[in-house]
Amino acid sequence: MTAIDYDAISERHEELLQANKWKRFAPLIMLVAIVFYSVYCWWFFAVGETLRRVDLSIAENYLADWISYEARPDFDIETDGAMQIVFPRFSPLGKDPKPDWIVIERGTMEREIGGGSQNSSAGSSAGSGLPATGFTGEGDQIGTTSQKRPATGFMGEGAQLGTTSGGGSETGEEAPTTETVNVVRSAQVSFGNAGEIDVTPKRVTVKRGGESVVLVIDVDRSVRPQSPLPDWAAQKYEDGKVTVRFGFDGRAEIEDDAVKIRRRFFGWENFLFDINSPYFGMSTGEVLNTIVRGERLDPSRSNLSLAWNNILYNASWQHLDVWIKLLQTIVMAFVGTLFASIVAFPLAFLAARNITRNRFANHLTKRFFDFQRSVDMFIWALFFTRAFGPGPLAGISAIFFTDTGTLGKLYSESLENIDGRQREGVRSVGATPTLVQRFGVLPQVLPVFASHALYFWESNTRSATIIGAVGAGGIGLKLWEAMRTNQDWENVAYMVLLILITVYVFDRISTALRVRLMRQN
Amino acid sequence: MTVSSASKPASPSAAFPQENRLADRWEIEIRRRRLYTALTVFIIAGLTLASLVFANETNAGKFFDRLPYFFDFFGDLIPRDAMEPIRALFDLPSPYDNGSFKYDYPAGRHDFIGVFYIPEYFMAMLETLNIALLSTMIGFTFGFLFSFLASRNLVRSVWIRGAVRRLMEVLRAFPEIVIAGFFVAIMSLGPIPAIAAVAIHTIGALGKLFFETVENADMGPDEGLRASGASWVERVRFGIVPQVMPNFMSYTLLRLEINVRASTIIGAVGGGGIGELLRLSISRGHEAKTLAIVFLLFCTIVAVDQFSAWLRRRLIGEQNFGLA
Repeated sequence: MTAIDYDAISERHEELLQANKWKRFAPLIMLVAIVFYSVYCWWFFAVGETLRRVDLSIAENYLADWISYEARPDFDIETDGAMQIVFPRFSPLGKDPKPDWIVIERGTMEREIGGGSQNSSAGSSAGSGLPATGFTGEGDQIGTTSQKRPATGFMGEGAQLGTTSGGGSETGEEAPTTETVNVVRSAQVSFGNAGEIDVTPKRVTVKRGGESVVLVIDVDRSVRPQSPLPDWAAQKYEDGKVTVRFGFDGRAEIEDDAVKIRRRFFGWENFLFDINSPYFGMSTGEVLNTIVRGERLDPSRSNLSLAWNNILYNASWQHLDVWIKLLQTIVMAFVGTLFASIVAFPLAFLAARNITRNRFANHLTKRFFDFQRSVDMFIWALFFTRAFGPGPLAGISAIFFTDTGTLGKLYSESLENIDGRQREGVRSVGATPTLVQRFGVLPQVLPVFASHALYFWESNTRSATIIGAVGAGGIGLKLWEAMRTNQDWENVAYMVLLILITVYVFDRISTALRVRLMRQN
Repeated sequence: MTVSSASKPASPSAAFPQENRLADRWEIEIRRRRLYTALTVFIIAGLTLASLVFANETNAGKFFDRLPYFFDFFGDLIPRDAMEPIRALFDLPSPYDNGSFKYDYPAGRHDFIGVFYIPEYFMAMLETLNIALLSTMIGFTFGFLFSFLASRNLVRSVWIRGAVRRLMEVLRAFPEIVIAGFFVAIMSLGPIPAIAAVAIHTIGALGKLFFETVENADMGPDEGLRASGASWVERVRFGIVPQVMPNFMSYTLLRLEINVRASTIIGAVGGGGIGELLRLSISRGHEAKTLAIVFLLFCTIVAVDQFSAWLRRRLIGEQNFGLA
């Protein structure tokens, strides 16, 4: 068509080309609408406000927790220069660990116990030690370390204070008792290739790359950097704590009464044996050796069954529980879909217009299906959780109810689309109505039915995770609980990995079966 | 010779056994098929039974113990009078108000202008709908961009295609609840975790459907554009997009239906919106509020489904009209 033809047509049928104008501007109008809607959503959800509050370093830490773990030794420093290394109670390194990345030089020193000056400083130690809330999301950590403190810290002295000050005002003159204690004189903490920290009670030297910074600690008063801080170190307030970062390898906080090391290691810690297991700390060879020919660690059973038991009941990974929950999810999807397809099967015959020639029955069944689908799986899950209590029964019922509706609708639609000639042929030889369905209808629709059921089985394996989180059983709830603590991101990663594998496997099985079914058809 | 002469007269009688063999064969086939069917049914029945026993064992309440109370729960849903759910729905004061959370309907009002207000549940429903719509839009945008990079007929490099496809697969299979939980952990409760979770899943799901559509597109226009020296972006813009857009829109609308449900569920596990209110009112046993929310949710889902079906029919219709 040339331009002349076009002009000729537009002269004759102006309205044809006019109608296109609206169409031409439709994308532009839609774009403007979308921009306006986005602005509205920005305001409605207060996106800007929320994003301003987000602390990216927390996100970074949580993400790193998926595939790594932290060891968290603290060096606590007293006013008189006594330094102790303290590990949290449930350290992934086990009880009383001696990691090779910390080189400690120990020594003894005479410490005064009691005496006025000691008391007052102990008080201020409590004051500055407890509000150590700098590490967000590690409340547990702080709890355990400050519980640990009594052994060396202020509480012991506080108790001392109670007994000695009972004597009266001459506490200051009372001869202070001394005792010899074992302390850490200096320690060298290596952060792999990233850097290292030398800790002494008065001075902390941090090296990263070619740069190094010296921090002088005046116990309970201040932390003073001796040179301008490089960009991997930060001090928010003058004399306050200094945070140094070593990238993935960890970070450290130097406070005026403690040096807190957070050393990060790649991997899932204690994946097989937890720190209470006799197998803890053994290499694979040692474990195998112990199982095959070692002395019985527990006289009542063999080493193999002990090892298996320790793995199943591993306190930090809870393998058995996770596996049971995963199996629940699989069972929920399987039984729910199976029952749904069994119930939807006869109902679909009732709903199909060409099978049951009764408008009222068709309509009633179809509206019933619509009702089941529209009251969402999630609502059914909440209802059944109330009825059966939390667990897979609620999940099975929820999937069953929703999918009876969905499958029923799909089944009745494929029944309405069948080829009528086969049915006619079977009827023409005088078959009873049941036999007409059996030989005229069923062979056509059965592969389609099975294919739909398989597809929903597969997709339910995925969605069963999420209804589990509202209490309907399965791994969803466990995932949710693990995420709520903000501590166990490695467990979340483990469960996600299991879910992805399961979904992948079931996807493959279902696809293979469906392809076979379709080929037969 | 003797063989052939011997076989010749025997041929009519030999045909008969052959026919018999065919019938036998048929019998055997049928029997084998029946055996397989029986075996399959048997295995599935066994698995189901084992599954049911397992489910019952690991459930908090046992099925047969709880069954008598099953309808009690629906009985608990009966409000004190027929008007109560309506009062709960529109935040009207209740005559049973005793200061408890159960009847404090007016407390949830969102002030609008003067004496007008938006009832609590309508506001929450609006939030859920907005979450669904926004995340569908985000999913559409990224799925749209990714789909052209993932289709075989537009990108020759196996690496780019493979990388984009794998990315979409991971986005699709990753449990939504984990994405929501992670965002809740870093930015506390609110709608943004829900948007992120639903949107990320939508990118993967729509991207897959989109690139399959693009791969099935007619390459004629594309060839013409290439011959006239169009760049890759121009070829996609004028050769492919006009063809696939109606299908893209149709898939997006279907996804919107799914996302309305998904954002309700995500809301219940920490994303705000109507899902959270429903979970709270069910677990606290507030029957009128529960009924009001379920009714509102039901109406909204049906309305969205109907609207999307109508729009899809129009889109596909237009496409057909355009082709004819």
